[in-house]
Amino acid sequence: MNSLFEYTLRLGDDSLMIGHRLSEWCGHGPILEEDIAMTNIALDFVGQATSLLELAGKFEGKGRSGDDLAFLRFDRDYKNVLLVEQPNVDFGVTMMRQFLFDAYRKPLFERLQYASNKEIAAIAEKSLKETKYHLRHSSEWVIRLGDGTEESHTRIQEALDNLWRYTGELFYSDDVDKELIAAGEIPSMDGLEKEWRQTVNEVLAEATLKIPESDWQFDGGRKGMHSEHLGYILTELQYMQRAYPGLEW
Amino acid sequence: MVTEKEIWGYLEEVFDPEIPVLTVVDLGVVREVIVKDDTCKVVITPTYSGCPAMKRMEDDIKEKLEEKGVKGAEVELVLSPAWTTDWLTENGREKLKEYGIAPPEDEGDKSVLFAKPFVVPCPQCNSKNTKLISQFGSTSCKAHYQCQDCLEPFDYFKCLR
Repeated sequence: MNSLFEYTLRLGDDSLMIGHRLSEWCGHGPILEEDIAMTNIALDFVGQATSLLELAGKFEGKGRSGDDLAFLRFDRDYKNVLLVEQPNVDFGVTMMRQFLFDAYRKPLFERLQYASNKEIAAIAEKSLKETKYHLRHSSEWVIRLGDGTEESHTRIQEALDNLWRYTGELFYSDDVDKELIAAGEIPSMDGLEKEWRQTVNEVLAEATLKIPESDWQFDGGRKGMHSEHLGYILTELQYMQRAYPGLEW
Repeated sequence: MVTEKEIWGYLEEVFDPEIPVLTVVDLGVVREVIVKDDTCKVVITPTYSGCPAMKRMEDDIKEKLEEKGVKGAEVELVLSPAWTTDWLTENGREKLKEYGIAPPEDEGDKSVLFAKPFVVPCPQCNSKNTKLISQFGSTSCKAHYQCQDCLEPFDYFKCLR
C-alpha cells in the first residue's frame, strides 16, 4: 500500500465531503449571514480538498489529477470518515457535525504543520488558519443553540446524541498512519483525542448539553465502507463528469 | 533584459479582481520575482485555500507581463509560508480604508473561545462603536460589521494569522 497516497486521500476526502455538505445550504440558510458563512466555509474546504487530492494524485504517481480523484472514483474508493457524509437535516445538526469535526481538525493541523513531509505541512499550515475561524463559528452556534430556547436545546441535544456515534472514527488508526509516523513523514498523533475531548467538553458544558453515555461507535469510512448517504452525495457531485466526461468550463 | 525591479513595477498594475483598489503587491500575495534571461517567474501564494480569485490573478499577471513585452512569464503557486494579513502593505491598508473596507486589526488568538472582542473602527466615521454582524462576508477574506453611530454597514478585511 502507498501510505502517503492513502493518508492524503483520507484528509482530502474529509474536506471534500464536508465541503459538499455545507455547499448544499447555498440559498437555503436560515438567515442571509449564515447562508454566506456556510458557503464561505464550504469554499475553504473545497479549496483544501483541491490541494490535498492534487497531492494525493502526485503521491500515487499514476497521473490522476485532483479532479479525477474527486469526480471519478466509486463509493468504496472514498476514504472519508462517516461523520462528514451525514446529512444536514437542519441548521442545528449541521452546526453540531461541523463543531465535532472542526474540534478534531484544529489539533490535527497543528500537528501536521510540522510534518517533515513539506507538502503535507504546507497544506496543514494554510488550512489551520481557516480552521480556527471555522471552529469559532461552529462553537458559537452550538453554545447559542444549546443554551438557547427549549426547542433549540432539545433539537441540538438530539443532534449530539445521533452524531456522537461517528466521532470515535476521527481517531481511527491503522498501518497507513502508523507507517508514516514511523517513517517520520508525519508527527506523532499522541494527545490528539485528548485535546479534541477537551474542546468538546468545554463547549458542550457552556452549551448546557450532555454527552451521550453509550460509547458504542461506528467505523468503516477509512476502509471505504460508508453509510447509505455517500451514494446520494456522489450522484449529485459526479453527475456532470459522468454525463459529460471531461467537461470543463 | 528585463529587471526584477521592472517586474515588480508591472505587478503594481495588476489588481485584485474582488477588491479592485488593491494590487497583487499591496495584498502581499506576490512572494518572489525570479528573472531569468528574457523572461521571469512570479511566485504567488493564495489568501484562502478556496479563494476563487487566485486563478484570475494568475491569468492577469501573465497577461500584464505579456502586454509589457515579457514573453512566456510563469506564475507558480506556493502554499508555504501561508499568507497572512500581516503581509498587506501599509499602502494597501490605507487604500482599503479609503475604499470603505476596514483594514485588519490585531484580533488576538482566535482559538481562545470566549476572548474579549476586539474593536474594528468604522472606515466611514472612525467611530469605535461598531458591531460584528457576521464573521463571514462577501468574500473569504472579509467579515461583516455595522457602525452603531453612523449606522453604515461595512466590510472588515479580517485578520488571518
